[in-house]
Amino acid sequence: MNTIQKQLRMDRRAFLKVSMLASGALMVGVGSKGLLQAGDVENGVWKPNLYVRINPDGMITIVSKNPEAGQGVKTAFPMVVAECLGVDWKNVTVEQANLDDRYGRQVVGGSRGTPDGWDDLRIAGTGARYLLTAAAASEWGVSLAECTAEKGSVIHKASGRSRRYESLLAIAATLPVPDVSDLKLKSRPSEFNLLGTFVPGVDNPKIITGQALFGCDIRLEGMLYAIYEKCSTFGGKVRKANVDQVRKLPGVTHAFVVDGSDDLTGLLPGVAIVAKSWWEAQSARKQLRVDWDTSHSDSTADYDRQAEALRKDAGETLRADGDVGRALNSARKVVKASYYYPFVSHANMEPQNCTALYHESGRLELWAPSQNPKAGRRLISDTMDIPEDRIHVNLTRIGGGFGRRLRSDFMVEAAWIARQTRQPVQLQWSREDDMRHDFYRPAAWHHFTAGIDKNGKMTAFDHHFVTFGNNGNTVSGAGLSPDHYPAGLVPNFRLRQSLVETNVPTGPWRSPGHSAYCWVYQSFFDEVALAAERDQLEFRLDLLSKSYGKPPLDLKRTSSTLALAAERAGWGRRALAANRGMGMGFHFAHDGFVSHVAEVVADGPSITVEKVYSAADVGPIINLSGARNQVEGAVTDALSTAQLEITFANGAAAQSNFIDYGLLRINQAPEIECHFIQSDNSPTGLGEPPFAAATPAITNAIFAATGTRIRELPFSRSGISV
Amino acid sequence: MAGISCANRVFRPLDRIGILFDYPVLGMQQSPNPLNLVSAFRYSIPFGMSVICSQRSVARWGVSMSQVILNINGQAHTLDVPSDMPLLWTLRDILNLTGTKYGCGIGVCGTCIVLVNGIPTRSCVMPAISMAGAEITTIEGLDPAGNHPVQKAWNDEDVPQCGYCQGGQILTASALLERNPNPGDQDIDAAMAGVLCRCGTYSRIRKAIRRAAKYAAEQGGAA
Repeated sequence: MNTIQKQLRMDRRAFLKVSMLASGALMVGVGSKGLLQAGDVENGVWKPNLYVRINPDGMITIVSKNPEAGQGVKTAFPMVVAECLGVDWKNVTVEQANLDDRYGRQVVGGSRGTPDGWDDLRIAGTGARYLLTAAAASEWGVSLAECTAEKGSVIHKASGRSRRYESLLAIAATLPVPDVSDLKLKSRPSEFNLLGTFVPGVDNPKIITGQALFGCDIRLEGMLYAIYEKCSTFGGKVRKANVDQVRKLPGVTHAFVVDGSDDLTGLLPGVAIVAKSWWEAQSARKQLRVDWDTSHSDSTADYDRQAEALRKDAGETLRADGDVGRALNSARKVVKASYYYPFVSHANMEPQNCTALYHESGRLELWAPSQNPKAGRRLISDTMDIPEDRIHVNLTRIGGGFGRRLRSDFMVEAAWIARQTRQPVQLQWSREDDMRHDFYRPAAWHHFTAGIDKNGKMTAFDHHFVTFGNNGNTVSGAGLSPDHYPAGLVPNFRLRQSLVETNVPTGPWRSPGHSAYCWVYQSFFDEVALAAERDQLEFRLDLLSKSYGKPPLDLKRTSSTLALAAERAGWGRRALAANRGMGMGFHFAHDGFVSHVAEVVADGPSITVEKVYSAADVGPIINLSGARNQVEGAVTDALSTAQLEITFANGAAAQSNFIDYGLLRINQAPEIECHFIQSDNSPTGLGEPPFAAATPAITNAIFAATGTRIRELPFSRSGISV
Repeated sequence: MAGISCANRVFRPLDRIGILFDYPVLGMQQSPNPLNLVSAFRYSIPFGMSVICSQRSVARWGVSMSQVILNINGQAHTLDVPSDMPLLWTLRDILNLTGTKYGCGIGVCGTCIVLVNGIPTRSCVMPAISMAGAEITTIEGLDPAGNHPVQKAWNDEDVPQCGYCQGGQILTASALLERNPNPGDQDIDAAMAGVLCRCGTYSRIRKAIRRAAKYAAEQGGAA
C-alpha cells in the first residue's frame, strides 16, 4: 500500500469516526456537526472543521455562526475558538457565517448563544490544536503528552524544539481524529489567556470608517428600493388602492397590492411601491390612497376599563402554596399596592429591512438582518411555496435586535416583492412603519397583598396578575411562570391571573417578561421591607436565605451579586444628602444572576441617575469589554424604557417616531460601574440578564430621594422626569 | 411653525419638506427633557451653506429633477437628483455611500449626521441640492484608514454595540473636539445629546471622547 492509499484509508477512518462522533456528540448536547474531523488541505489552507481555517502564512480565519446584533457574539465566539486553538488573536480574521444548517442553532435570542455555543466552539478549537500537536509529535517521534501548543506553535519543551502550525497542516490533515473524551477543554478563568480580557469588536474597523455591514447597506447590481404600506390598524385588509396612479409617479417602477394573510406574524396585506431610490418610493407613498377593511378598534382607554373591571375578579389561580388567606388574617401588618407598566416598542436604530433577489431558476436569495434567519426561511417557504433548500439567507450585521427581529415579517415581505418584480429589491421600512408595526412588549397590571409577621418576615404573598390574552390564552410575551419568585421564598403564596382581550401584535422584548416583572416585584419588596422597618439589603438577603420547596432560583448566586453591588455602592456606609437616594434590585433570568444598586439625586421632580453599581454572575467572562457593554447597555436601556410608552387608539399605535417615543439621550445617561463574579459555572449569556433589576434599582432610589413611589410607568405618570 | 429644541440643537422646520437647521447653539440652557418645545431659540446659517434652495419646485413632492454638484469627501460629484431628495438618500441610493444611516427621517435621532463645512448636519432633512458649494464629510471620508483620533478612541474604548448610530456619533464628536480640544463631561453631554443610541453606549462615548482628546494632543493638537 503506497502513502496515498494509506492516507485515503486514514481519511476513511476519520470520516467514520466523525460520523460516530456527530451522533454521539448530539446526545451530550453539542449542536453542530463536523466539529471534529481531520479536514482537507486545499491550496495550502487547512479546514479542520466548520469554524477554523489555517492559511499557509499562519493567518487564521474563524467563522462566527450566529447573527451579530450588538450583543458581541461575532467577537466572543471566535475568541473561544482562538483560546482553545492556541493562536494569537492578532492573527485571527473573523468571517460571518450565512444561514447553514450544519451550524445548528443560529439565533440571537434568549441569551442562549454563549451557553449553547460553549461546547461546540471549544471542541472545534481544541480538536484542531490536538491534531496539530499530534502532527508535530509524530514528526519529532515523541509522545503527544510531551508537547504543548500555544501562540500558533507546537513546543517540545524537553528538546527545545518548536514548529509553527502552518508547517504542520498537511500532516495534521492525515491524522486520525480524536474522540471528544481525548480533548482537555479549558473551562476556568485560571486556564485562559485570551478569554476574560478586553477585546474590541472585530467589526469596529468597518464601523468607524462607515463600511457596508448592515442589512440596509447591501447594494446589488440593478437593485430597486421598496416600501410596503400596511394598515395602521393591525390586520387591516386592502379593499382597493390607486396603484395605477402611483405607478406613474417619478422613479416608480412597480406598485401593487399584496393580499397577504391575517396572521400578524406573517405576510400582512399591503401595498408595495418599488422605485429607483428609496426616497422616490417613499415620496410616491404620499400619493397612495388605500381603502382599508378593518375589524378591530383596540384602544388603551378600553384596555384600562377592562383591567379596572377585572381587578375585583378572582382570576384563574396559577399557583397556591400554604394558605394565603389565613396567613394574611394572622399577619401583624398587611401591605397592598398595585403596579402598572405600559406597552413598549423595540425601536431598533436600524428600521426593519431586507434585500431579496429572485432568480429565474426559482431560487431565492436574501440578505437579512434577522435574529432568527431559519424561522424567516421557513415562513417564506410556507407563504410562497418555495422549498427551503431553494432559499439562501445571507446574514448581515443587525442594527439592534432586542427581540424584534426574531419575527420574520420584513423578510417575507421583501421575498414576495422580489418575486413580483424579478429584480433585486431592498425593502426598507420607514421609522413610522417600524414603530407602528412592532410586536410590542405587553402592558400589565399587578395587584399585590403581602403579610408581615411579628418578626418582620414576609409570610404571605397574594398576587393578582392582569395581563393580555386572545381567545383565553396569554399573548406572546404576556405570560408569567407560576414558579417565578417570590414563589418558593414565601411560605404562603398565591398567583392569580386575569386576561384583557387584545388584537395587537405582541412579542418577546429584551429579557421577555423579566424586563417588566422584576420591576414590580422588587418595587413591592421595597414597600414591604419599609413596612417591616427593615433595611432593604438585609430584608432581601434574608428573603433569599430560605426556600419552601424547590428553590425558584440559585439563591446563593443571586444573593452574592446583591451583596457585591451593595458593597461597591457603599450601601449603609455612606451618609447621603436629603435629595439623594439609593435603591436596589436583584434578579435571575436566562441563567444569569445580576443585581444593581442605583444612586440618584433629585432636584424637585427632576431626577439625575448619577451612578449604577452592577454585579453579575454569568460564570467565566469571555470578552470583558463585550460583557461590560451588555451590562452598561442594559442599564441605560432600562432607564430609557422606563420613560417610554406605546398607546393604542382605533386599533393602531399612537406613536410613530422618536419625537413621541423619545429614547434616552447622553445627558440623561448614568455612569455604570460593573463587577463580575467569575464563578466556576459554565458561561452563560449577558444580553438580557442585566436589564431586569436595573429599573427597580432606579425607581427605588427615586423613592429614597423624593418619597415618590413609582407604581406606574412611564415615569411621567408619577410626575418624575429624568 | 414652532422651533423644536433638541438639547443644544435647534431645528426650525421651514416648509413642508422640513428643512431643519442643525448646528450647535453655544451657551443655550439645557432642557431636562431634550424634546420640550421651546419658544426662545437662536439660530444662524453656517458659513458657506446655501440652505434655502432657489428653485420653487422644491416645495412640490419629487416632481422635478435638478442637477447639483456635491463636494463629498474631497471629491466633486455632478448628479441629477429629485429636487426634494435629502442628502441622506442621495448619498445612500445614488452614490452608494451607505455609511450615513437612516434613523428617523425627521432630524431627531442624529444617526444620519454628516459634516457640512465641519458642522454636524442632519442629512435626512437637508435637500441635496441645497448642499451645492458646501464641503461634505461623511463617515467614509473622516479618515478612511480609521486613524482619526476619534476613530481610534472609538475602537480602543470599544464603543460600538450594534454600531448603527456610531457614524453620527463619531462625526459629532470630531466636530466637538475641533472647537473644544479638551471638553469636560458637560461639554460632551451638550454636544452629543443630539445623537441617539438605542444600545446605550453613552458612558463609553464619554470615555472615548476623553481618550480622543488625549490622542489628538499627542498628535500635536489636530483633532
